[in-house]
Amino acid sequence: MKLSGLDLTCIRGGRRVFSELSFSVAAGTALLLTGPNGAGKSSLLRMIAGLIRPAKGSLMLEGGDPELSVGEQSHYVGHQDPLKPALTVTENLVFWVRFLNGKAGVSAAASIEQGLDAVGLADLARLPAGYLSAGQRRRLSLARLLAVPRPIWLLDEPTTALDAASRDRLRRVMLDHLSGGGLIVAATHGPLGLVEAGQLRLGGSSMDGEEPARPEDVDAVDAVP
Amino acid sequence: MTALSALFARDARVAIRIGGGAMMGVLFFLAVVTLVPFAIGPDLALLRRIGPAILWLGALLSSLLALDRLFANDHEDGSLDLILMARPPLELIVITKALAHWVTTGLPLVVAAPILGLFLNLDPAALSATVLTLLVGTPALTFIGVIGAALATALRRGGLLLPVLVLPLTIPVLIFGVAATNAAAVGPMPFETPFTILCALTLMSGVIGPFAAAATLRYGME
Repeated sequence: MKLSGLDLTCIRGGRRVFSELSFSVAAGTALLLTGPNGAGKSSLLRMIAGLIRPAKGSLMLEGGDPELSVGEQSHYVGHQDPLKPALTVTENLVFWVRFLNGKAGVSAAASIEQGLDAVGLADLARLPAGYLSAGQRRRLSLARLLAVPRPIWLLDEPTTALDAASRDRLRRVMLDHLSGGGLIVAATHGPLGLVEAGQLRLGGSSMDGEEPARPEDVDAVDAVP
Repeated sequence: MTALSALFARDARVAIRIGGGAMMGVLFFLAVVTLVPFAIGPDLALLRRIGPAILWLGALLSSLLALDRLFANDHEDGSLDLILMARPPLELIVITKALAHWVTTGLPLVVAAPILGLFLNLDPAALSATVLTLLVGTPALTFIGVIGAALATALRRGGLLLPVLVLPLTIPVLIFGVAATNAAAVGPMPFETPFTILCALTLMSGVIGPFAAAATLRYGME
């Protein structure tokens, strides 16, 4: 499986966020998007997820399910945690597992327990999500990555609000995902602890908004399909 | 199907648990209907004559009350991104959310209508006609309302934008809903004529509303 983008251009609100950006990520590898605020890291992730249409260029996925779009085979973790405060921790996760998986049953129940265990929220399973702290909310959002298997993970600052132990746990989960043949595209400011991750630096200044941002250093990941 | 039933169950559960959806609408309905006799005075004959119209107006306003949160809540907590990325077609997702909204806010209004109708001195024939027309007509209000809810979310404006956009579109529903009720209560028109048009309006809005709302979300949320 290989995800690649060719000459992608993103225009948001009349402003050119990035232009003619190319990248490629192969199965088992990660691509880290770095760069200053406003460089277009989140926009690129949302573009891969299918939430923003590229103004120019194309996205390709080799070796995926041809009947599904890239977004439908991806997990997208954005800045917010898609949780309903009125529902309990389990109910929130059960909803996303059933909604994303499209199937229910014994396997779903097992994967929910497994997902909650993996993020260390099994003890709080019956607490309404409104009482969770920011870090716990983030962990609960990340639990759906484990409960619903999908090959592509699009992570936008996944370590926000996480403590050191949770960051380490996330690192191990990501390494497991990579060794299982998945691929990760993550926007980050700090190190995620993934060795052999490719890096895509998005340049540009967000302050003046005049200069079109250009990718400075496209360090392609060893692109073996 | 599992994905859609999960969405229905979640929306219904959130609406019932917070109490914002179901109970608030009914209480607002009660407030509107109770105000009318105070404004008009104790003229029982007049109340009986305008009763169906009051009930319809109250139901119309109450059903719009919680509607602007339909997509805005999901937008604020990021759920809408995942919903837009999901495998089921967006039109079906909108229909599912609209049905969950109607069951938790529209249906309680229909149930409350006969009790409130007693305040307005309605006789049993008018009461049952009001309940029947509300049962058939309130889904149309929800399906028209989802267009406004999607627009309000895409434009990132809440509050009064939704009623301003939606109320003019609900005029036909109001006309034929009240006409059918009056026809049953006082005549001389046959009940079936306005009632079948009301049914047609509901079916039409059930098709147009979800498609328009889905298109709005698809192009507006970028």
